[in-house]
Amino acid sequence: MKRKFSAKKILNKIQDHFIEISMTKFVIYMVLIAWASTTILPLLWVANNSFRTTTQIVNAPFSLPDSFNLANYITAAERINILNSYKNSLIMSGTTVLLVLLFGGMAGYAMSRFKFKFRGFINKMIIVALMIPAFVTVVPVYEIFIELGIVNTYLALILPHTASNLVFATMMLSAYMSSVSTEIEEAALLDGATRWQIFTKIFVPISRPAFATVGIFTFLWSYNDLFSALVFVPNKSVQPITVLLNQVKSQYGTDLGLQATAVIVTVIPVLLVYIVLQKHIIKGLTQGAVKG
Amino acid sequence: MFYPILRSFYKTFFFTVHNINPEYIGLGNYLKLVNDPVIWIATKNTFIFMIAAVVFQVGLGILLAVFVDLIRYGKNFFRTTFFFPIVLSAASLGLLFRLLYNYNAGLLNSVLKLFNLEPILWLDASKALAMVMIPTIWQYVGFYFVIILTALTKIPNALYEVAEIEGANTFQRITKITLPLIFQDIRVCIVLAITGTLKVFDMVWMITAGGPFDSSQVLGTYMYSTVFQQRLFGYGSTIAIFIIILGVVVTSLTNKFIGNRGVTID
Repeated sequence: MKRKFSAKKILNKIQDHFIEISMTKFVIYMVLIAWASTTILPLLWVANNSFRTTTQIVNAPFSLPDSFNLANYITAAERINILNSYKNSLIMSGTTVLLVLLFGGMAGYAMSRFKFKFRGFINKMIIVALMIPAFVTVVPVYEIFIELGIVNTYLALILPHTASNLVFATMMLSAYMSSVSTEIEEAALLDGATRWQIFTKIFVPISRPAFATVGIFTFLWSYNDLFSALVFVPNKSVQPITVLLNQVKSQYGTDLGLQATAVIVTVIPVLLVYIVLQKHIIKGLTQGAVKG
Repeated sequence: MFYPILRSFYKTFFFTVHNINPEYIGLGNYLKLVNDPVIWIATKNTFIFMIAAVVFQVGLGILLAVFVDLIRYGKNFFRTTFFFPIVLSAASLGLLFRLLYNYNAGLLNSVLKLFNLEPILWLDASKALAMVMIPTIWQYVGFYFVIILTALTKIPNALYEVAEIEGANTFQRITKITLPLIFQDIRVCIVLAITGTLKVFDMVWMITAGGPFDSSQVLGTYMYSTVFQQRLFGYGSTIAIFIIILGVVVTSLTNKFIGNRGVTID
């Protein structure tokens, strides 16, 4: 490239450069801040209104609460029994995570290390199974559960959630485990370790990051799912928090304060966990979906 | 996983209400599907959803990621704030958006009132679809943002330094270096956005439940209300089979159209 250099030209160039940088930087920051406020402001607005009654919200939607009024929270705990739904959600999602990690770990180990008949076929089936949305399986599974009599029990949500997350868990874990060097395994075999010991003493500890990713992904997915929960556990005593929200929507549709409180109560624990574990969560969710 | 699908498929040949006394009706459910106006509204809405998801979710994701990659301060803050809607349940966000759209005291109408404008009925038949699309798209922008941002950090800085020496400006650097190099990741995002819209249910169900007058019906909500509200198990299964076929067709079409055209760093 040919260029003529003169002092003036260079000076102009430098000036242009700085103007360009600061202007673009300004626009960039504006755009980013604008998007950030779309995610934060609605939540703050709802949080603020959760301390106020519906009439107060209608009359002055933006003013701060006069006092730290917990009436909505007390109603939420007493009338719609939000704590019970919390408990249900935690039991069902927690069990799902444990089952997924247990079976996913074993299946992942088997897929990554054993050579057996139909291995390729099973691998293909796993990939196909990943693409099937829940809508497709829900009717037959519902019928089977009715025959078994387990609709409206914890099991009715734990089983389908485990099944649908297991596929992805097996893939993630077997991918991670195939990267473990075979030498460690051979050494352990020489020392007389059994297959099961190799799995629990070597593979599980080494694959801890993959287990964490799968666990976080499964938990959030299961905790947040509304569709299967509406179908399998609509009963009040076993319903998880998402179904409860659906009910608050239809039963207390005019009570804005209570609805705001319901949103905040369900959102806060997840947000707190997110703030503490955000690195793992962001990694877990994006990796999970991209590989899946 | 596979047995239920076969069972679903078998069910489609029966007329069943409340799942008692199934009556064999051959292809009756499929004929009903073809002549059902609502399924076409739902399909059309799902396609609109898909296009909007690709354009806005992936588009905004790329835009924000490129911007965050350019700045020095506050990267982590933006990452955290952009991503957090994803960890929250669509059910709670749906309820949140219902509050924003509320006619009497919702955030949107309150803002309008501040400027002395007439309040708007946000969830009427003409706007309902857009009003359920916005939060769904908004929720997942952060997701694509993180995927693209991760891809961007893998691009070696040396490339940009060379470009700067050669006299390329910011815009040129983005279009000539960044975008071609992250094409693979954009492809993944597009496929995810498309398959994701076939699964949309929670947010739509919470905000409008498909209404008013089926104007915001998508395939998922229509299937749910057919089976679990009208109790038409056979016809619901037919819709489910329709969703699978649509999914397979759309996924293979996308793969065909945006095949492997990427640039790799050597």
